[in-house]
Amino acid sequence: MAYAAGVDVGSTQTKAVIVSAARVVTGRALTDTGANVMRAAETAFRMALEDSGLAEEEIEYVVGTGYGRYKVTFGNTQVTEISCHARGAVHLFPRTRTVLDMGGQDTKAIRVSPGGEIIDFCMNDKCAAGTGRFLGAAATALDLPLAELGPTALRGERPVKITTTCTVFAESEVLSWLGKGKKIEDILLGVHESIASRSIGLLRRVGIESEVTFTGGVTRNAAMVSTLNRRLGLTVNVGEEAHYMGAIGAALFALDRVIATRAAPSSVEPLSA
Amino acid sequence: MTETTLTGRGVEHGAQLFREWFQQLTAGAERGQGAAYVFVMGSLCELLRVFDFPVVFPEINSLQTAVRRVAHEYLNEAESYGYSPDICGYVKADVAVQLRGGAHPMGKIPKPALAVCTNACNTYVKWGEIWQRMYGMPLFTLDIPGTRGAGLASTPGSVDFERDRRYVEAQLRELITLCAQVSGKRFDIDRLREHMAHANTMSAGWHEVLELNRSRPAVFNALSDGTVFLGVANGFRGTAQGAQYFTELVEEMRQKAEQHIGTPIDEKWRLIFVGVPCYPIFRRFSELFSDWGGVFVNSTYLRFASGGAHLGFRYDLAHPIESLAHGVLVGVRDAMDNMFFQAPALAEMIDTHSADGVVFHPIKSCRTVSTGLADTRRALMATRDVPSLFIESDLMDRRVVSEAQMKNRIDAFFEGLAARKHQEA
Repeated sequence: MAYAAGVDVGSTQTKAVIVSAARVVTGRALTDTGANVMRAAETAFRMALEDSGLAEEEIEYVVGTGYGRYKVTFGNTQVTEISCHARGAVHLFPRTRTVLDMGGQDTKAIRVSPGGEIIDFCMNDKCAAGTGRFLGAAATALDLPLAELGPTALRGERPVKITTTCTVFAESEVLSWLGKGKKIEDILLGVHESIASRSIGLLRRVGIESEVTFTGGVTRNAAMVSTLNRRLGLTVNVGEEAHYMGAIGAALFALDRVIATRAAPSSVEPLSA
Repeated sequence: MTETTLTGRGVEHGAQLFREWFQQLTAGAERGQGAAYVFVMGSLCELLRVFDFPVVFPEINSLQTAVRRVAHEYLNEAESYGYSPDICGYVKADVAVQLRGGAHPMGKIPKPALAVCTNACNTYVKWGEIWQRMYGMPLFTLDIPGTRGAGLASTPGSVDFERDRRYVEAQLRELITLCAQVSGKRFDIDRLREHMAHANTMSAGWHEVLELNRSRPAVFNALSDGTVFLGVANGFRGTAQGAQYFTELVEEMRQKAEQHIGTPIDEKWRLIFVGVPCYPIFRRFSELFSDWGGVFVNSTYLRFASGGAHLGFRYDLAHPIESLAHGVLVGVRDAMDNMFFQAPALAEMIDTHSADGVVFHPIKSCRTVSTGLADTRRALMATRDVPSLFIESDLMDRRVVSEAQMKNRIDAFFEGLAARKHQEA
């Protein structure tokens, strides 16, 4: 039985996934990335092995992805998270034509072909506005745990208008709304509206085609999902594995390599530069 | 001459010419000689050289500060002086050069005795006004009537074109009078013919060099090598050295094409570049593509920043001033069209140069070049099924150049190209 792994080293969290030859996830794990990126990759991989009940030697190929992909030193090659999220999304939701990945530090809009190839993509540029970090800044300003942001925002009725495009300034804007006596629920709903608005702007640049699959860490935030659904006028696909989508895509690319190498070892071309 | 002696000669010789040029500028500055400040889109070097003006290209001076990794010092100085971070980095680096009395990493830049600009870039005019305020020298602005319609309006031979040409000619005659006043030298039409003849050789050479890159593998990288050739095309326009350089460059490129000698890169992907290079990380920027086997076979930069010299336009030496007006009109118009009406030109480039992908590089510094790129990309993708990449940074300011993010996008672009090729197979 062939197994392959994908390790997605993100700015906030590192995810690892193991897939079988049947393209089924047999193990997965998540850990905070922290300052030691190599250790985070190794930890996530070991945890995923434990989750799957497999030994390391049973994994034939490992693909690293995410910003820390070159720090997955035990990996065989690297693939960008853009390709991996697209691949994972199309695998889990085959009718996917547009992917929105919202992570800790960047948000990506990706348009994919029916075969899962990238047609076009677009990302936030050089600042973390419209990403998970923006939510983190709001949580800090309001002294709320991240997990409380979504449920609190869902209770909002009259969202305030967050006008700043800078994550750092967002904190002061949130505080200024508090100073004006606005309810925390409405402020947070406003924050979600602001992020959704920027994300939809990215989606429009690549062209929104149904179905839209939402991936990345922010998928766990129910308020973000509902805000996107409302503003897009459709229901985005959000799977239970949405947070692991990059790692799933990486594991699938790894599995491709295993299968291709077994079939014709000499014809396999490198995946990365 | 053997193959090994020709290959690489153009890049090496171009760099040497540049060093010599700046040495001459430094010597002129030390003597207190005033220069003619000009811009790449319509430099009129052929005419200015008749009056023996040392020619200064502030755009080239500025980009050299970035290539030499000291642009941030110049930008910071101009910003401390009061210029906004949002203003063109070329302008700010030049302002700092002026504030430093001409001190530049390649030597010393002489002060302007005269500045000549066209309306090809709106910043040119405002930039020239800065020197006017600093030095009180004359600024001559040449008003070029644009085509404003993807080359459809006012084509050579038409009544409208002749009117436009005469309008430009009248302005050139005013410029000749001004140059004579500033330099104290009489206008010599035979010397103009001589410089125009050299420009003819250079223009024909530049045109052929660009055409030769249809070869597979490409004979030069339009992003890295091409920028060196472009520098000579501008800095030595209308000179015997420039004419000799392009004659030899054609020889080198012809030989490479005949013998199927490509760039040092193992060519896997043929790309077209749209915009201005990322000079703060010039070599690394190129490597981000070449690491994947990506070779730039053509670039809009080599067209618009050559002031239309790529057209291979030949001046009629029997009627030099009339023909100079004609050449400036078609050249500058084409430069503008390569910024404003790019999609048809890009579609043609994709076909003629067998391109696998197009890289759009809008820059913070230049709204003139960058504003329409998203539309151009859409228009192009509607006519050609060729993948494209859109990455944004700057030509000068490394504060807005994020190499990690750039690499991520470029890697994903090549992964997409590979997946597409795999699927097609």
